[in-house]
Amino acid sequence: MKVLRFLKNNKQFTVFLLLALAIAAIAVFAPWIAPRDPYDAVMSDSLKEPGSTYVWGTDKLGRDVLSRVIYGTRSSLTMTLCLVAVIFVVGTALGILAGYFGGAVDAVIMRIADMMISFPGLVLAIAIAGLLGPNMVNAVIAISAVSWTKYARLARSMVLKIKQNLYIEAAVVTGTKRGSIIMKYVIPNMITTMVVTAATDIGTMMLELASLSFLGFGAQAPTPEWGLMLNEGRTYISKAPWLMIYPGIAIVVVVVVFNMLGDSIRDILDPKQE
Amino acid sequence: MNKKNTGRRLVQIVIVLMGISFFTFGLTYLSPGDPAEIMLTECGNVPTPELLEKTRAELGLDKPFLVQYGTWLKGVMTGDMGTSYSMKVPVVDKLVSCFRPTLELALASLVIMVLISVPLGILSAVYRNKWVDYLVRALTFLGVSVPNFWIGLILLSIFGVTLRWVTVSGGSTDFKSLILPAVTLAIAMSAKYTRQVRIAVLEELNQDYVTGARMRGIRERTILWKHVLPNAMLPLVTLLGLSLGSLLGGTAVVEIIYNWPGMGSMAVKAISCRDYPLVQGYVLWIALLYMGINLLVDLSYTRLDPRLKEER
Repeated sequence: MKVLRFLKNNKQFTVFLLLALAIAAIAVFAPWIAPRDPYDAVMSDSLKEPGSTYVWGTDKLGRDVLSRVIYGTRSSLTMTLCLVAVIFVVGTALGILAGYFGGAVDAVIMRIADMMISFPGLVLAIAIAGLLGPNMVNAVIAISAVSWTKYARLARSMVLKIKQNLYIEAAVVTGTKRGSIIMKYVIPNMITTMVVTAATDIGTMMLELASLSFLGFGAQAPTPEWGLMLNEGRTYISKAPWLMIYPGIAIVVVVVVFNMLGDSIRDILDPKQE
Repeated sequence: MNKKNTGRRLVQIVIVLMGISFFTFGLTYLSPGDPAEIMLTECGNVPTPELLEKTRAELGLDKPFLVQYGTWLKGVMTGDMGTSYSMKVPVVDKLVSCFRPTLELALASLVIMVLISVPLGILSAVYRNKWVDYLVRALTFLGVSVPNFWIGLILLSIFGVTLRWVTVSGGSTDFKSLILPAVTLAIAMSAKYTRQVRIAVLEELNQDYVTGARMRGIRERTILWKHVLPNAMLPLVTLLGLSLGSLLGGTAVVEIIYNWPGMGSMAVKAISCRDYPLVQGYVLWIALLYMGINLLVDLSYTRLDPRLKEER
């Protein structure tokens, strides 16, 4: 009942949560939803226009675009959620370490963060992904390497603020261990802001991953991935425009849904921020 | 910013450049694939073990990592960044020749961005919570959610394929072929910049002096043009400078789509064929530009804002 009332009071959140869940369901149940096998190449049906047999047409190898877009939800969602989880955990952990312990730990972590920030991220991400060898895991590693700093800076500044509170002093005086101070008092007081940041970042991260795949430094053929599909369709821009329309729409829709969801989570949890 | 601060910033820039170059050098060292082998295979001959050994020795690849880095760093100090593996030309020459197209593209898209986002931002702030504001906000929201490579492809298929105003193959750097890539970059950035303009103008509109001016019966238009906008533009100049910096490094995707012969497309090609000296040179050059521009922005900020000058 409580949950229902909450959902009713936050209509925007509810709508976009349902949409996000629907997207996740498409990813999970792709084999049942997709009309065809996304890898199944029928050379005689190469570059067929959208019609009754192939609703969204076929690509150069005669693969069904609709099925590939549906399966593409899988790689996009898993990669993005992994990426956000990695930068959230790594960034927050390093930020807490830097903020709580200070001194040399702080100096080392924050100087590295400064270095990363004084540099256009995508350039380094492209270099890392390309040099490590182009695949999805390395693309996630590359973008994590340039994106964790935001979380580290935020976490650090929050820890520094929380540390000034009397209850932390009290905990120190009564002999509470450092580990449990961090777990019991520091993290619970900052987790909301961190989660809000992560939630609003999902859309951006999805776009960055798609850019890397588009450039050929992310997902590799024959994986159905939207950025990669757009890159493959680029060659047929005049002959087969449907190859670039549908994957693009898929990216925009999913990013809009997650951006709106992120914004409404922020409005609920942290009305001060805008 | 005073002299001492500027000096400190310069030292910091040098340290960051060292760090970044060391990092990329380490990456190329760790990355799979032997540059000597790739280089020889590119030339078309099947490399024999002896030839491989010889090439490795020529490139200095048989030396320990730190020695290699040291040699490279010494070269950079004297303006020599090595020779590109794939193009057989000095890296510096290649960077210089690719820099102009990218700079042109970046400046053109900045101009378009300002033309789009300043009027929209002002409108949206002045008519706050009216339909204009909602429309602008919806557009900016859409703008940050659309991948710029998709915008690029759509524009290319409309103006290149359907209307045939530009060639799809690209490759030239004349004014006509500059328009589409510049617009593509500008659209994505305008979304962010419009929001900033809106926020900056709203902030000024909420100041006490505006209320005061209204009380004295000064016309709303006069308040806006003579007082609010000049004050609101100050932080926006900074942002403009910063966007130029990130633009120089962020043009790769658009350059690839339109086959624009700039630094971004060069870098992507260099990475694909593991042309390590070129990749390193590119990363170092972009980092230097980006931080240099940021420093200039900070310096000019003190010039533009009289309040900061007095504090010195």
